[in-house]
Amino acid sequence: MDETSQAPYVEHHTPPQGFIRNYVFSVDHKIIGKQYYGLALVAVLIGMVLSWLMRIHLVWPNSPVPGLKWLAHTSAPNGVITPEYYLSLMTMHGTLMVFFVLTNAPFAAFGNYFLPIQIGAEDMAFPRFNMMSFWITFLAFCFLIAAFFVGDGPPISGWTAYAPLSAVGAVAGPGQGTGQTLWGLSIATFCIASLLGSLNFISTTLDLRARGMTLMRMPLSTWAWFITACIALLAFAVLLPACGLLILDRLAGTSFFIPANLVVSDQIQPHSGGSPLLWQHLFWFFGHPEVYIAILPAMGIVSHILINAMRRPMLSHKVLIYSMMSLGFLSYMVWGHHMFVSGMNPLSSLMFSFPTLVITIPSTILTLIWIGSLYGCKLRITSASLFALGFVSLFVSGGVSGFFLAQPSIDVLLHATYFVVGHFHLVMGVAAIFGVFAGTYFWFPKMFGRMMNEKLGKLHFWLTFAGAYLIFMPFHYLGMAGNVRRYSAFVDDYLLPLMPVHRFITIAALATGAAQLIFLYNLIHSRFRGKPAAQNPWEATSLEWTVPSPPPWDNFGGKIPVVYHDPYQYGIEGATDDYVMQNDPKNIPTVPEEGLR
Amino acid sequence: MATTVHEPPKIKPRARKGGTGSGGGGWRDRTPRGGSVLALGDRSPAASKTGVWVGIAAITMSFAALTSALVVRQGSATDWRHFTFPSILYLNSLVLLASSFTLEFARRRFARFAILGPDEPSTSPLRWLHATLALGLLFVGGQYVAWVQLRSQGLYLATNPSSSFFYVLTAVHALHVLGGMGGLIYVSSKLRRSVLRKNTLDAASHYWHFMDILWLYLFLLLWMKV
Repeated sequence: MDETSQAPYVEHHTPPQGFIRNYVFSVDHKIIGKQYYGLALVAVLIGMVLSWLMRIHLVWPNSPVPGLKWLAHTSAPNGVITPEYYLSLMTMHGTLMVFFVLTNAPFAAFGNYFLPIQIGAEDMAFPRFNMMSFWITFLAFCFLIAAFFVGDGPPISGWTAYAPLSAVGAVAGPGQGTGQTLWGLSIATFCIASLLGSLNFISTTLDLRARGMTLMRMPLSTWAWFITACIALLAFAVLLPACGLLILDRLAGTSFFIPANLVVSDQIQPHSGGSPLLWQHLFWFFGHPEVYIAILPAMGIVSHILINAMRRPMLSHKVLIYSMMSLGFLSYMVWGHHMFVSGMNPLSSLMFSFPTLVITIPSTILTLIWIGSLYGCKLRITSASLFALGFVSLFVSGGVSGFFLAQPSIDVLLHATYFVVGHFHLVMGVAAIFGVFAGTYFWFPKMFGRMMNEKLGKLHFWLTFAGAYLIFMPFHYLGMAGNVRRYSAFVDDYLLPLMPVHRFITIAALATGAAQLIFLYNLIHSRFRGKPAAQNPWEATSLEWTVPSPPPWDNFGGKIPVVYHDPYQYGIEGATDDYVMQNDPKNIPTVPEEGLR
Repeated sequence: MATTVHEPPKIKPRARKGGTGSGGGGWRDRTPRGGSVLALGDRSPAASKTGVWVGIAAITMSFAALTSALVVRQGSATDWRHFTFPSILYLNSLVLLASSFTLEFARRRFARFAILGPDEPSTSPLRWLHATLALGLLFVGGQYVAWVQLRSQGLYLATNPSSSFFYVLTAVHALHVLGGMGGLIYVSSKLRRSVLRKNTLDAASHYWHFMDILWLYLFLLLWMKV
């Protein structure tokens, strides 16, 4: 073996020159992380406005929405949302939120920025791939947004794009023409970007760790990003060919997902023998792991922050990591629980129900570790730690309804009702967003060199926390009352008595959405006017706090750190403060796990 | 609300059972007692090698998805039509297999090349790399001929699910082979400038051999199913 293969492989790049190389086509993982964060911010704002439009339409179906007639004059004549446009809004809301917010913000944005620093690397393993993965994601975003502006309107088949209606083309109605094709293109492009990103995350974590940074010494956030990258690699590798086949069905006349003799709009479709269920299998084989792609990074971020606020490690570092791993592994076993009523063999339902219930075990272990570790500690109350606590709360509240949905006999009743909507919004949507908020308040000083306003942060927390429950708890009640999802209006039917609940939810949604303006103001104001941040404002131990805020372009100023300690050496007697940094060469005895209760 | 910062609890370090075993393995305390952390060693392999294996995992997953789609699609419908396998595929398989050998020759020569330097043209792995590239190009061309043969049978992409899967699988594979050729071109340009790292060559050749194995798998799959 020659000499080069022995040396640690570090991609050296010179400091970037000029605006374009610095901020646009940058290969610096920190800039790319910020770019992902910015894209997610734009996507979440659009997605939130779409959800407002839906909520407004549900409660006041005949009143025009101000300004909408200029934005969508064919889909919403005179500003009144048509039923098809309602479905478009729902599709775009789901797609934007799941792909461009829940995948991008906790995983791609924070992961890109902090994974290399936390393991003591100068950059990602493949910086150019990293840049490509962002710009391909941006292209995917453009494809999706373009669907708003095509003639027959944005797609209407939901973020799951169930075949055959998503596969037959424009004949299936408004939004199923160019809009749906753009959706397919966008998601396929997104898959390529995510594959590149995951490849980078995995290689970086395995190969670029600093000396002394053993796998078990990696902070929990890095562990979570690493496990997420492994899940994403295999999940997006399935969605990509599935989208390819869907696009071929739409454009090339193949029959992968379209059955024979399908009649759509009074016309027999010229396709033969395809299997709509095949699309569902392929989609959910990606779709369920996607839930964990969204939530695992948030779990890691929240654990990282809680430990810092508790000033002591979790009850068990190892068990937490192994639980996250088993979540990742089990997430591949359970995709069929989305298809209990799709016409699968009932025996398959049983086979999918069992691992779904098993997946509650690692989830419960995680929750017990968080709560058990919090028990009796003196928590430092900051915006970040409040949002981390909020995450735990939402994860539990949203997760409990999963027990019911996991059982086919109960799911038959609750499937496609607002119960499901409430479940996944709490456990996957809002919980992951709380992880992102926590991460933002915690890492903002490092990313921008300025502190965020804590008072506004806490106000933002309480309004958002209350708002999330006020919006999504009643959804469960609606679902149990038989309120089917995806209906654009409940005029003159059996759901009319539930209208007061809907009205309440809409008002809560508008108010909670408005509360996000506080966050936006805080973010922008602190970016320019915030108090300058010290190097380690939270007295944290991991490597990102050993470098200036914001870090120099090569993270460590040319001096790759050497790691001597576990990631969370808090509450140490004999240390100058109550904590020991990971790269602190003083040989302070490590506190054994048993001593922490 | 004011930030409440409590005094953190002080915890007395307690000896682990069996002494303060540092350096004795276990993840908690890997710092050698009194020794240099350099003794821990750095066993990081090159990222390009890891990256290529990770990429191979993803590609395997994609083709597994397509395979399962093929099996489900064939099993669930009555419209599956078998057709004559284009005969040129046998030749193509041999060509691709040969390209793996030429690439291995190049890789074997790289070690000698690295010692003797570029002054010894007879040892240069470059010509074997070029042979590999030529064979790769021949393979992709051969695949195109196979498609032409299918077209002459009246089998287009949308004619039948069997032909759909044939075109999709062979086209996706051919695209990946083209990607591999891109990698080899990158390797040979680095070699010409004498800045090639062995890891880059290894990564490119792992990928290329994987394309070979993947093709053999696809060949068998299609031979059995279409």
